[in-house]
Amino acid sequence: MTEPAAIAQRIVDMVGDRAEAQASVVTGEAALTRFANSFIHQNVADTARNITVKVAIDGKVAAGTDTRADDAALADLVDRTLEAARLSPADPEWPGFAPPAEVPALDNYDEATAAASPEERAAVVKDFIAAADGTDAAGYCDTEAFTVGYANSLGQAATGRQTRATVDGIHRVGTVAGSGHQTAQRIADLDGAAVGGLAAERFHLAADPYDVKPGEYEVVLGPECVASIMVFLGAYGFNGKALNEGQSFLRVGEQQFDQAISVWDDPAAPGALGVAFDAEGTPKRRTAFIEDGVSMAAAYDRKTAAKAGAESTGHALPGAEAFGAVPSNVIVGGGSTSVDEMIASVDRGLYVATFHYCRVLDPKSQVVTGLTRNGTFMIENGAITGAVTNMRFTQSFVAALAEGQVLGLGDDTRFADSEFGAGFVQAPSMHLASWNFTGGAEG
Amino acid sequence: MFDYATAAVEGALAAGATYADARVVATKTEAIEVLNRQLQTVDRAETIGVGVRALIGSSWGFYATADLSDAAARLAGERAAAVATASAMVSGPPMELADVPVAETSWETPYTEHWADVALSEKVDMLVGVTATMQGVPGIALARASLGFFDTEKWFVSSQGHRIHQHIVESGGGYDGTALGEAETQRRSYPQSFGQFHTGGYETIRQWDYPGNAQRIAEEAAALLGADPCPEGDKTLILEGSQLALQIHESVGHAIELDRILGWEAAFAGTSHLELPKLGTHRYGSDLMQITADATIPGALGTFGYDDEGTPAQSVDIVRDGVWVGVLSGRDSAAAAGLPPGGMVRGDGYNRLPMVRMTNVGLLAGDSSLEEMIAETKDGVYMATNRSWSIDDRRLNFQFGTEIGWEIKDGKLGKMIKNPTYTGITPQFWGQLDMLGGEAERIHWGTPNCGKGQPIQIGHTGHSASPGRFASVRVGVKG
Repeated sequence: MTEPAAIAQRIVDMVGDRAEAQASVVTGEAALTRFANSFIHQNVADTARNITVKVAIDGKVAAGTDTRADDAALADLVDRTLEAARLSPADPEWPGFAPPAEVPALDNYDEATAAASPEERAAVVKDFIAAADGTDAAGYCDTEAFTVGYANSLGQAATGRQTRATVDGIHRVGTVAGSGHQTAQRIADLDGAAVGGLAAERFHLAADPYDVKPGEYEVVLGPECVASIMVFLGAYGFNGKALNEGQSFLRVGEQQFDQAISVWDDPAAPGALGVAFDAEGTPKRRTAFIEDGVSMAAAYDRKTAAKAGAESTGHALPGAEAFGAVPSNVIVGGGSTSVDEMIASVDRGLYVATFHYCRVLDPKSQVVTGLTRNGTFMIENGAITGAVTNMRFTQSFVAALAEGQVLGLGDDTRFADSEFGAGFVQAPSMHLASWNFTGGAEG
Repeated sequence: MFDYATAAVEGALAAGATYADARVVATKTEAIEVLNRQLQTVDRAETIGVGVRALIGSSWGFYATADLSDAAARLAGERAAAVATASAMVSGPPMELADVPVAETSWETPYTEHWADVALSEKVDMLVGVTATMQGVPGIALARASLGFFDTEKWFVSSQGHRIHQHIVESGGGYDGTALGEAETQRRSYPQSFGQFHTGGYETIRQWDYPGNAQRIAEEAAALLGADPCPEGDKTLILEGSQLALQIHESVGHAIELDRILGWEAAFAGTSHLELPKLGTHRYGSDLMQITADATIPGALGTFGYDDEGTPAQSVDIVRDGVWVGVLSGRDSAAAAGLPPGGMVRGDGYNRLPMVRMTNVGLLAGDSSLEEMIAETKDGVYMATNRSWSIDDRRLNFQFGTEIGWEIKDGKLGKMIKNPTYTGITPQFWGQLDMLGGEAERIHWGTPNCGKGQPIQIGHTGHSASPGRFASVRVGVKG
């Protein structure tokens, strides 16, 4: 019995009539080849097994996790979780487990990626490094393949699998650096030379940076910056728990953003990652969060949906009940403008390749501070005229995308690294009227 | 368990590794969260597995498995060697390991009351009571409280003969009250944001008197909605101890990690503004700045007996009289830099490659007190409890927000202020440290959520700090 779905069902059967129960089992392999100073210095892999059970006895709920799948270990997991539930007070807001529902057929999986060898990852790394001479290259290439099995005592059962492959890195000399990133479902789609080439191009442009005065600047943001914005909007804004608690900026049905902005979540989009159900067994479906600037919906798990009088949108994350439900297959609608065209339309502004270390000052106003990194460039009279040193910003992400603030959307939508993990957001470059820089990185 | 670790090492050596070590790690955790008197989460997790490192040429290969058998462990060792071998396609200079004593021993966290022996109902009742007290304060919409516990056993074996068993017990938690305004939220936390964690048992929870501080914390959160905003400009800044602890973590702790200094973390976490040739001469701060990395402090969160390379826990001087004199290192990074190994390498569970991590990186006590600092400040701000933190990839430019602040005028604490922020550049900021609290106000603060590495690893670190005063700091940065 090694299939995740079979293990999950076995656990539910073990619980029997002692409680309502759900079990989720994830098995697979993740491998990551890491390089720095232009050689591979860390190279890791692991076979993972994560078994989670949640039980409910008259609204008394507890969860348990283990890595062992033999019958004795599963019985122990079930028993100690039942014991914890019996000792817990009842949750008056307990919504029950997910009812049986059909899970869409979805197989975001590639056998070759699942079987990728360390030599294949090293080959991608080698191509990335070879894209520039005389730099210290650093980054990683990783692959992962997971199978997820879910079962609960109401009869809902689901299984799915996914793969992901990423190459991400920088070319740098000292403090001058340029970055590149690519994430795909298949390792065969990774192009280490192209990603390394983008990083090398940005590195060369970034030479001899100078300080500029902090203040409001018109900006063209690369897809990585836009992905960071979306992670914050999702975690603190579209999170249904944050909305229930009054901590979100979200006002469903209102025009809160520029009408150029549309954001949705779709696990079935071409090239998407992930499985077709969430941690509670609820089928995922396409969910619009912003349409033409109008806030459309929040992301819900079962508990936050029940409290809001809504349906779960299939965004429950494992072990994240206390944080809430968060979109994880985010797509930002792109435009038809090339990055060069966006830059050509700027009289004086900045192009920012990536953000770094973004942290929220206030979740409701979405004021976030962070820095630019790996390529910040001065735009003058429609062309990049030089590199500037990294800058700190303190900016409301909601205000940055408000009506009239979005001057252009790129035609370059792709998976972008938000600094919180690869594969969550597909985003284009974005041209914004104003961004509030509050300091230089060195003073 | 030693047998599985030994099998993993043997598998790696048989496949060509020049050095190998392995850890069987068994963890038990308990997490409890309460929101507005309702239990949100009770999660009891157990994990066990073996992770093995194999060194071939210039690269580590690492492989981990949750399958615990002699055959699976041996296969993991072979795979670790195969992974390291593939690295030769993009090879670097040979990796060497600094010498450390070979130990066959065991070590255990001292504790008086293991958290697992305290009834779940007692823990939940305490948290429910704390949230009830906070909810009783008008204006408090969200009252959260949580506890988190860790019990970790490690069996470490190396091809050089190490054989070390450790049992590490950690306990912590905290709570916060949030008041919701029309377009803002205000929060107060206790004992600090993200909770306060120690090595030790449930006695470390009891010492913080959770119930006795809930009313004050909630009242402060509610009052913040009506407080004036933080003034803008250059002011004398006094930081409460837990905020100063995070300041140490971000602007000293990460900057002194030798793997960052060597460029090994350049693409993700970043590098450091520190340059090895300046070790021993670089001025990090004022003469008041005395920082050690001490993995032997009883009860501090970054305390252990041996690191995950089998190097004994030790205390290393980092900043002496304001001058940078030490780094955080492991056997490979120390050898690369020509420095003695500091015993600061740890991994997050069985399935993560051990890497340089902070131990207890903290300030030694000064000779002042918070009361004296306030009395000697003409125009300043006192800020307490972190709310946001951000710093650049070289650990130079930082901006912190705290939950609460108070104006200081003519030696007296004045009105409460909301949304306090301050920003600065690391060496200039530390150079402005002109008063530091004494031993009576020094606390071994614990940070349970330090992210580093790829795949990401969460580390538990300690930072001793008392309140400190800094001259002329830019405060009141607005979005």
